[in-house]
Amino acid sequence: MKRKKTYSPNFIMGLVITGAMLLLVLAGFIHTPYDITKMDSTAKLAAPSLKHLMGCDNFGRDIFSRVLKGMGNTFVIAVATVTIGTVCGVIIGAFTGYFGGLLDEVLMRVNDVVFAFPSILLALVFVSIFGTGKYNVIGALGIAFIPSFARIVRGEFIKYREMDYVKSARLAGVGQLRIIFVHILPNAMPVLLSSIMIGFNNAVLAEAGMSYLGIGVQPPSASLGSMLSESQTYLFSAPWYALFPGLMIILMVLGLSLLADAGK
Amino acid sequence: MAKRGQGLGKVLLASMLLTLTVALGGCSGDKQDGDSEKVSDTAAASHITIGIPQDLDSLVPSLSQGAGTQEILYNIYEGLYKPDSEGNLVPAVASDYTMSEDGLVYTFTLRDGIKFHNGNPVTAADVKYSIDTCAGLNGGEPVISAFSNIVGVETPDENTIVITLKESSSSFMAILSTVEAAIVPADAADLQTNPIGTGPYKFVSRSLQENVVLERFDGYWGEPAHIKDVTLKVLADSDSIVMNLEGGAVDLVARISTAQAAELGDDFEVLEGTMNLVQAVYLNNAVAPFDNENVRQALCYAVNRQEILDFVSEGKGTLVGSSMFPAFGKYYIEELNDLYTTDIEKAKALLTEAGYPDGFSFTMKVPSNYQQHVDTAQVVAEQLKQIGVTADIELIEWETWLNDVYQGRDFEATLVGVDASTLTAGAMLSRFRSDAHNNFINYNNQEYDAAYAEALAAESVMDDDRATEAYKKCETILAGTAANVYIQDMCELVAVRKGYTGYTFYPLYIQDFSKLDIQ
Repeated sequence: MKRKKTYSPNFIMGLVITGAMLLLVLAGFIHTPYDITKMDSTAKLAAPSLKHLMGCDNFGRDIFSRVLKGMGNTFVIAVATVTIGTVCGVIIGAFTGYFGGLLDEVLMRVNDVVFAFPSILLALVFVSIFGTGKYNVIGALGIAFIPSFARIVRGEFIKYREMDYVKSARLAGVGQLRIIFVHILPNAMPVLLSSIMIGFNNAVLAEAGMSYLGIGVQPPSASLGSMLSESQTYLFSAPWYALFPGLMIILMVLGLSLLADAGK
Repeated sequence: MAKRGQGLGKVLLASMLLTLTVALGGCSGDKQDGDSEKVSDTAAASHITIGIPQDLDSLVPSLSQGAGTQEILYNIYEGLYKPDSEGNLVPAVASDYTMSEDGLVYTFTLRDGIKFHNGNPVTAADVKYSIDTCAGLNGGEPVISAFSNIVGVETPDENTIVITLKESSSSFMAILSTVEAAIVPADAADLQTNPIGTGPYKFVSRSLQENVVLERFDGYWGEPAHIKDVTLKVLADSDSIVMNLEGGAVDLVARISTAQAAELGDDFEVLEGTMNLVQAVYLNNAVAPFDNENVRQALCYAVNRQEILDFVSEGKGTLVGSSMFPAFGKYYIEELNDLYTTDIEKAKALLTEAGYPDGFSFTMKVPSNYQQHVDTAQVVAEQLKQIGVTADIELIEWETWLNDVYQGRDFEATLVGVDASTLTAGAMLSRFRSDAHNNFINYNNQEYDAAYAEALAAESVMDDDRATEAYKKCETILAGTAANVYIQDMCELVAVRKGYTGYTFYPLYIQDFSKLDIQ
């Protein structure tokens, strides 16, 4: 009998949770049971029921629909943030790590400066200059995420640039760019991938934090963070309002954490 | 296996902790405050912490702008006269006054033995300095535009102040009684950092964006305040008000929403009054498409104000149809409330006539620290969708609102409440003159300017009936041209921790701490 490849339970659980979350996000993009801004005065703070799976908020809006759309918003912001962080981080990290020298010194010191700022503070400064809203939050968080990616990639490149296969490629006359992106980068992938997953989780939490502070997604749109913030007032009379967005944040982060953990 | 289980546990715990930090971040800091204050509360038994929605924009009375600032400064500073809880003007720094028959010369007698917070006696020279500053007679522009009517201030002896006017005005005493016209020491070095007035409370310290600490002034001329220490805590995040109250960080918050009131437990009493302001979607009449009267009227027809009240405040509040609220009595015109009854078809027709058959979109700036305005904005935005108009809500900080919207006039629409600093019609209506310095909506209507001028002319000859008629005409023009989408005078709910008594509602935007007491 052939030996079956076994997966750790953590991995399977992470896969199931993340898959379910992705399905919900996708569902939210295609269809929501109710219009997310449709107000209904007869259903103000209604408890969860078959009609409204997660109950209603203070305007009688369906929380399930808003959670679906909110997850979508949170997800898009997190993906865009991590993409900006990864692309810029890889480029900066690759060049500074590979070439070293003055460029490395200058860019990495700038990197240290950005890194030294708490990312929320950095994002706040960005938002106060460019205004609030979804796209500005993406920009703000994206910039805040660059340094950590740049550092990781730079470390990998320093490790690989003196390796024999890189030296022989260089001797064979392969172009610098080709060495960087075709020869070395794939080797840095495992480390990069797990930091992308952790970065995504941080981005979800950072977005929730920003929207919680009222500088992210603007009402009447929803994101998980802004829903948490709005639900605060009704914590005692309508606990489901806070519970479900909070639960979704936990599940999103938990799913990917399990995956990242299992991937190590 | 055990190891794996541990790993899972760690991840679970870590992600839960992270989320909890996010979820509770808003209030964890405040809680500690609350605990320490609770202790001092029982020990000294004469302290109250009051939550305010924004930091004070200035501690200098003549430079203060926000109603939320002036209602606090009311406790520190006093004018020659000041309004009481009935809306009457009562003597403060002055003990008495007489007016000449032609209404041009006011003679005030300085109150005997009245002192500033620094212990110095108030002199006629201090009064002259203060009034001169407000009237621009010390050089510079008049700080209070109505004071440009002052020709001069004389001090014939140490206890007498004589103010001479260019034209008589029946609203002069009311304007003289505002916080802006408060009496300050002529030799004060810097009122911004060290405010000195004659009010029942004196300034102790301030931490920007955090708190302002006041202490009872024991040398006060009138009935002294009951509570010794008052701390004003800035609660810029309106979502955290309930947490702050329940957690014990603050004892009193004025103007909470009905939803917040419903959340409060048995420790609190919720008092009900009216806010005395006009909540409206204020439209920048100078920018397209709001420069078109049809568009503005279409918005008025599209909005269902009763529905707003039902959603936001359980139906509480008083509808208004123009820039005037019921506390004004004779100036208030109730009929204007019915000028625009919700009529979607008519609204669409008006939009088509204006050249926007498919609607348009605009940005509505809303100060994020006022939960009622944020809630109202969301309902309004939803209602406007019915006529194809998209209102994008942009939440901004109060300071940004003051700078960009109120002073910079850089906005399309904004949802706020505008209040009156005196119970004179001018306090609500003068700002809509086309050349008024505080005409932040850029309203420009010659008929209005003429009606307002007529009212002033009538006031100067003390013809009150004619002036009232002219002011009412101003209101009717504002409503008829749909200068703004008028909504309501909001119901004011005040949460007071049980054990504290004496909260007094004023017909103006005023918080009087001196009447508060502890049972």
